[in-house]
Amino acid sequence: MITLLATWTFGVTLALVALGVFVSYRLFAFPDITTDGSFTLGAVTTTVLLVAGHDPALATLGGAAAGAAAGACTGLLHAILGIEPLLSGILVTTALSSVNLVVLGRSNVPLAGTATLLDRAEAIFLPATTAAGFGDAAAEAARLIVMLSAVGIAVLFLWTFFRTNLGTAMRAGGDTATMARALGRNTGLLTVAGLAIANALTALSGAFVAQVQGFADVQMGIGMVVWGMASVFLGAALVGPVRLGGALVATVAGSITFRLLVASALRAGLHPDWLKAATALVVLAALIAPRLLTRRPQASAAR
Amino acid sequence: MLDVRHATVAFSAPGGPLVRAVDDVSFTIPAGTFVVVIGTNGSGKSTLLGAIAGTVRLDAGSIHVAGHDLTGWRENRRARYVGRVFQDPRAGTASSLSVLENIAVAACRGRPVGLGWATPQRLRAEAAQRLAAIQPGLEKRLDQPIGSMSGGQRQIVSLVMATWHRPELLLLDEHTAALDPASADRVVQATAKLVRDQKLTALMVTHSLEQAARLGDRLLLVHRGKIAVDVEGGAKRRLSPEDLASRFDRLRRADQLDDPAARTLRDLYA
Repeated sequence: MITLLATWTFGVTLALVALGVFVSYRLFAFPDITTDGSFTLGAVTTTVLLVAGHDPALATLGGAAAGAAAGACTGLLHAILGIEPLLSGILVTTALSSVNLVVLGRSNVPLAGTATLLDRAEAIFLPATTAAGFGDAAAEAARLIVMLSAVGIAVLFLWTFFRTNLGTAMRAGGDTATMARALGRNTGLLTVAGLAIANALTALSGAFVAQVQGFADVQMGIGMVVWGMASVFLGAALVGPVRLGGALVATVAGSITFRLLVASALRAGLHPDWLKAATALVVLAALIAPRLLTRRPQASAAR
Repeated sequence: MLDVRHATVAFSAPGGPLVRAVDDVSFTIPAGTFVVVIGTNGSGKSTLLGAIAGTVRLDAGSIHVAGHDLTGWRENRRARYVGRVFQDPRAGTASSLSVLENIAVAACRGRPVGLGWATPQRLRAEAAQRLAAIQPGLEKRLDQPIGSMSGGQRQIVSLVMATWHRPELLLLDEHTAALDPASADRVVQATAKLVRDQKLTALMVTHSLEQAARLGDRLLLVHRGKIAVDVEGGAKRRLSPEDLASRFDRLRRADQLDDPAARTLRDLYA
């Protein structure tokens, strides 16, 4: 029971990475490698702030803000210096691996004995989960509720934001830059803002993961961009073409499904060393599945 | 009003000669005039349009719209005064956004965007009314992704978007070239209606001699980076597609005589 709940909690927490990748890759068509670095950056920033005795909520927000700054750097490299998306992300994430190590001081810092935002939020739901008969798993269940609420708030925020004038202009710029520019939008700045939001979400996920697992590690972000893409593609494959709200929910569902798939694969005897390779295969499968399932290509819209 | 003064755009292929795609071009379009621009391939008409829209940098000269000097302005800043419709409907509309969301972005053309709701009821009602006025039926498709519409329908929406707020200058870049004849005809009619109703200053580039003869108050024929023909008033109204075709022929023949290779051949056999 506890293991199953923990699997869910982890999947839900990582859904924030998936939402970040949804913003950068789906809305801006920007394959953002910064994800790997900003996930760790969020975790180490929050951990260092927590260990230094700062308020847990402030520490968590600090992690997200650091991620936003990293995303903005990648966006600026692309928008101002004209460096292509993949290379911009590689440059920033490479620089971040040094930054993360310097911020954390060493490669691994535990959070044992430090009050985290999760502990605090957990305490709110603990009476309810205990009363609901979760028994030993009451604490884990409360955690899951906390993370589900956090992801729910993130989905609501994104859904609302991307339906405002600014958010709609960002989606338009990400979809068709020529159109957005002809209507007066500075598409470079919009991309910078989009990547800042995307990496704030990713870093927030890192901040929560550090608090869920009780430590920050400079290696913990490796492969996160692929994880995020796997979740986004899996979500899209689960529900098919939908509008913004549906796509956001599908992305969260994709992340949880993917985490459950991984857990089942490990339980079925997959050696953990093969995990990343299996992840890459899932991304590949999710990418080609829609093409195999649709019989004929869509008619071109412009005739 | 559009005022183009001594506009020059030069390109040079690596190692090749300097080519003036737009060669010291000057013309003025008074407010409320609909001007049609035609030209051969490579004549410089697209470069000229790009220079006005801000996608191509001028090497010399200036561009003024409604008294504002736009010469050094970036493309997106020019959107404050200039509305545009592209040749490719996919370039002028965002496929994954709904028709209404596309219009919402256009409703902010040239204005700062804030955190207000993009598609309030008021915008929906006005969009429905404007679309119905120009092509009945479109108003029922406000919530569909614009990518699911035909090219002709997308161009109609593009026109409504470009003129949502009356632009000081409307630029139409061969906006019917990618359409089948029936859709092209509907888009042309919608264009003429919008230009007439809003008394727009418009510049339309076209490949169609038939459109060039039928539409507009004035016609510019661009050839080798210069304006070779400029007709307006009664002379413009009397123009037929056949007249234009024969003018093109004459220009091409003059070109051949001017061609160094042709001259060499002539000298050899003379």
